[in-house]
Amino acid sequence: MTINELQALLQAKNQTPDVDAGREVACGYTCDLLSWVMAHGEPDMAWVTVQTHMNVVAVAVLADMACVVLPEGIEMEQEGLDKATAEGLAVLSSPLSAYEICGRMAAQGIPPRA
Amino acid sequence: MEGLIHQEYPVEKGDYTSAGQASADMKRRLRQLGVSANVMRRVAVASYEVELNLVIHSLGGKLVFDVDSEGVSLISKDRGPGIPDIELAMKEGYSTADDEARSLGFGAGMGLPNMKRNADGFRIESEVGVGTTIEMRFLLS
Ligand SMILES: Nc1ncnc2c1ncn2[C@@H]1O[C@H](COP(=O)(O)OP(=O)(O)OP(=O)(O)O)[C@@H](O)[C@H]1O
Ligand SMILES: [Mg+2]
Repeated sequence: MTINELQALLQAKNQTPDVDAGREVACGYTCDLLSWVMAHGEPDMAWVTVQTHMNVVAVAVLADMACVVLPEGIEMEQEGLDKATAEGLAVLSSPLSAYEICGRMAAQGIPPRA
Repeated sequence: MEGLIHQEYPVEKGDYTSAGQASADMKRRLRQLGVSANVMRRVAVASYEVELNLVIHSLGGKLVFDVDSEGVSLISKDRGPGIPDIELAMKEGYSTADDEARSLGFGAGMGLPNMKRNADGFRIESEVGVGTTIEMRFLLS
């Protein structure tokens, strides 16, 4: 599934319109503890988290993730979005809860790891 | 063994905004050298964890990054406060991170175990009141 398709699936707003939304999402994960994510992050992953600060972008980029998905209508601030855009990381903001986001991704066959 | 890269990065206490920049730079350099994705990923995890520990727990310090034809060396040296019980600090889940760090998603107590798991060689030395030194080695093949 591409980031574009994921955005539609999650009724999300794409906060990084300049990032290639045709990129494939290979797997999904959710956690708000960064070291945990560091240990389990994978290339082309979609990571669901309520954290929105700059270190989220740093962790996602170091793991070569495809996108960060923010639940419950949470949005990332401009500084983080600029960094994400520069690094080619997409940021989606979805009105759904983290539980529902993961449920929808799993139902579409996005696996826990690539 | 010929040194391909030698780079030092100062890391300041409490500097959450630029945290991760040293790790990102190391990763960029490894990519330019054409190092394998596996090694690049393991170095990225370990360098990020060790960099963030300097920001969160130390009084400030530096990272020394060296690449030679056989591997990558990463050394973290700080000016204190030191770790009183290294065995305890190495346990998954043990953390003394403060509320600010925890509110940002740090403090799972996974950083040191993540470093050890991802490095081919890992050594930690610490003296209370003096500082902590961590040496990691990653083999290219
Ligand atoms: N450079 C350091 N100076 C002083 N104490 C340190 C240093 N690095 C680690 N520690 C101590 O070791 C503990 C465990 O470190 P570790 O990186 O495993 O977990 P953490 O940083 O607390 O949480 P996480 O890394 O999961 O965000 C820390 O909470 C801290 O007490
Ligand atoms: Mg840590």
